[in-house]
Amino acid sequence: MTDIELPGWLALIASFFLICGGLFTLIGACGMLRMRNFFERMHPSTMGMTLGAGCVLISSILVTSVLLERPAIHELAITLFVVVSAPVTAITLMRAAITRGRPHKGEKPG
Amino acid sequence: MNTLFQFSVMFAGACCIAAMSLALIRLFRGPSAQDRVLAFDFFNVSGMMVLLILGIRSGSAVYFDMALLLALFGFVGATALGKFLLRGEVIEP
Repeated sequence: MTDIELPGWLALIASFFLICGGLFTLIGACGMLRMRNFFERMHPSTMGMTLGAGCVLISSILVTSVLLERPAIHELAITLFVVVSAPVTAITLMRAAITRGRPHKGEKPG
Repeated sequence: MNTLFQFSVMFAGACCIAAMSLALIRLFRGPSAQDRVLAFDFFNVSGMMVLLILGIRSGSAVYFDMALLLALFGFVGATALGKFLLRGEVIEP
């Protein structure tokens, strides 16, 4: 178990962002499992990716900034990367889905 | 407050692992190929979040590099698969 000692306000804020990030990811995964066709499944999964990763990264930035006693910028690299890469993947997959045509059996068309 | 912080770290890790297993179910079950690619991308990002949470929990900076590499290769893999589904080949002449 962790031995790091954090000040109270920081522990509160970091806990809030961690719980939010975990819940967003779980909700996104449940939505991706339950929605009926591909274009509906696109929406909760991208939401879970960007919001969940964003919340966890904010919490990580706060905790490492206090532990290192200087602003920790290098987590911003992952943030920037996720923010840039998620729409690119989404656009490519959606164009692929449109090009590949008709939905499978038992799914209603988008 | 530190017990709350430890609980929330455990909770976020459990949520991310549950999301990874749900994405794995969609990866195996998904009716079309683009569903599988989407589930693969989600699986990668959830794994990256598990690594970040482990890094928060242990307070070391080693996990950060692994998370960055996982995000990088996950993006490259998902985009290459999507491009392949779109055009039939990855790198066009």
